[in-house]
Amino acid sequence: MASVETVFLSGDQWLKNWLFSWGMPESWVFLCTVVVYAVAVLLFVFANVIFLVYLERKVAGYMQQRLGPNRVGPGGIFQCVADALKLLGKEDIIPASADRGLFRLASLLIFIPATMLFVVIPFGREMIVADLNVGLLYFIAVGSTATIAVLMGGWSANNKYSLLGSMRAVAQMISYEIPLAFSLLGVIMLAGSLRMSEIVAAQKDLWFVVLQPVAFITYFIAATAELNRGPFDLPEGEQEIIAGPFVEYSGMRYALFFLAEYANLVSVSALAVTLFFGGWQGPWLPSWLWFVIKVYFMIFLFMWVKWTFPRIRVDHLMGLAWKFLLPVSLVNVFVTGTAIKLFQAMGW
Amino acid sequence: MEVEKGRGGFLLSTVEFFLNHARARSFWPVTYGLACCAIEMMAAGGARFDIARFGYEVFRASPRQADLMIVAGTVTNKMAPLLVRLYEQMPEPKWVVAMGSCACSGGPFVDSYNVVKGVDTLVPVDVYVPGCPPRPEALFDGLLKLRAKVINPRVAKVAGDAR
Repeated sequence: MASVETVFLSGDQWLKNWLFSWGMPESWVFLCTVVVYAVAVLLFVFANVIFLVYLERKVAGYMQQRLGPNRVGPGGIFQCVADALKLLGKEDIIPASADRGLFRLASLLIFIPATMLFVVIPFGREMIVADLNVGLLYFIAVGSTATIAVLMGGWSANNKYSLLGSMRAVAQMISYEIPLAFSLLGVIMLAGSLRMSEIVAAQKDLWFVVLQPVAFITYFIAATAELNRGPFDLPEGEQEIIAGPFVEYSGMRYALFFLAEYANLVSVSALAVTLFFGGWQGPWLPSWLWFVIKVYFMIFLFMWVKWTFPRIRVDHLMGLAWKFLLPVSLVNVFVTGTAIKLFQAMGW
Repeated sequence: MEVEKGRGGFLLSTVEFFLNHARARSFWPVTYGLACCAIEMMAAGGARFDIARFGYEVFRASPRQADLMIVAGTVTNKMAPLLVRLYEQMPEPKWVVAMGSCACSGGPFVDSYNVVKGVDTLVPVDVYVPGCPPRPEALFDGLLKLRAKVINPRVAKVAGDAR
């Protein structure tokens, strides 16, 4: 059991020893391991995204009493491999009136913050690429830069629908950033740190979802809106504005936006697990397996919500963020602070 | 059949083989219906028939992300230029399925002053699905015929030569 637990860590150690045995200087070894970490994170993201698209179509099928994809491979498991290959082989259209540079840049830029988020996620015991002392702040800050790429893509396509969609996306993502950050404050106050490993360690005895249920629900709603997923998929509202910011994107460029969306789904679920569900901690199974199980449970919750609720109206969307979620999360911060002070005064 | 010379080597033809298999299993149709056949097309997406089993359920609202245009219904002279524009906005490789008698030949309205007599007068059609309207099973059959055609590009070529 212990060897399964530390399979990735010992692999890392073996790689370092192997590189040292070649007589490499320390800085070179460090550089090589960074490259290996980056490739590992990218592989994790891509493998998950491919599987998640399949899972989403399957879940959607079962929610609507259908079967979902089941022809390509056993149970349709290779459906998304076929889709990805097909998208690779499609024509890459750049509209004549588009701003070519920005149009190209946006599709690449959307993917960078989506993968950068995984740097601070603890995948298991001591399995974190960079355990920053401002890990949570880094996550929020980097995550919010994805807005720029969406606006860039919508603006540069020079299409009225994409511009409308990207403006909706920016309004929505910036509005929901605030309740999202405030809902995390309660957890930070309990853990007393922004460092991910310390937040996980603080939940050794009791998960924060028990102590902070309001914060978890606020986070869940705000995160769904941040992801532009149903019932908050207004930026892509097919019935109104075709495909939102992605109207003019075809082939692999469109697939990159699609990939980034699902990569964000994984990272947001991973953050929810780390902050509210005790991270990688759990009995019997190896820590990284616990992490994956919990993340997939969270992802299933997101999918369940998406395929159950109808789309919300634009004014209701803004009203929900500013008039409901923000006050609730502020009250939660106040109550948490008061309770902490009270318990300290009582000497618990 | 003698092997054609000068068309791709081992490497390119292998890539093409895999790409064709991938393409044939993931047609994303345009969300585009013209008349009553579109109702049958929507029924094909529902739980009873479930087009998703074949992986063709990803109806894209933007033609830029679609591969397949199912012309589901009567094409009027007024709609014809818009249909052609939609077709031209789709990225290559792209396919067209003419669904129903109207799209195939004009159908019951073939004598009308305002009906296009078959969508193949406007865009190249790959598969014709007759019926008025064709049932969802007939549409599936048409899509599976298109799948066979995409997997074996030579079949289409031989048929084209014969004509």
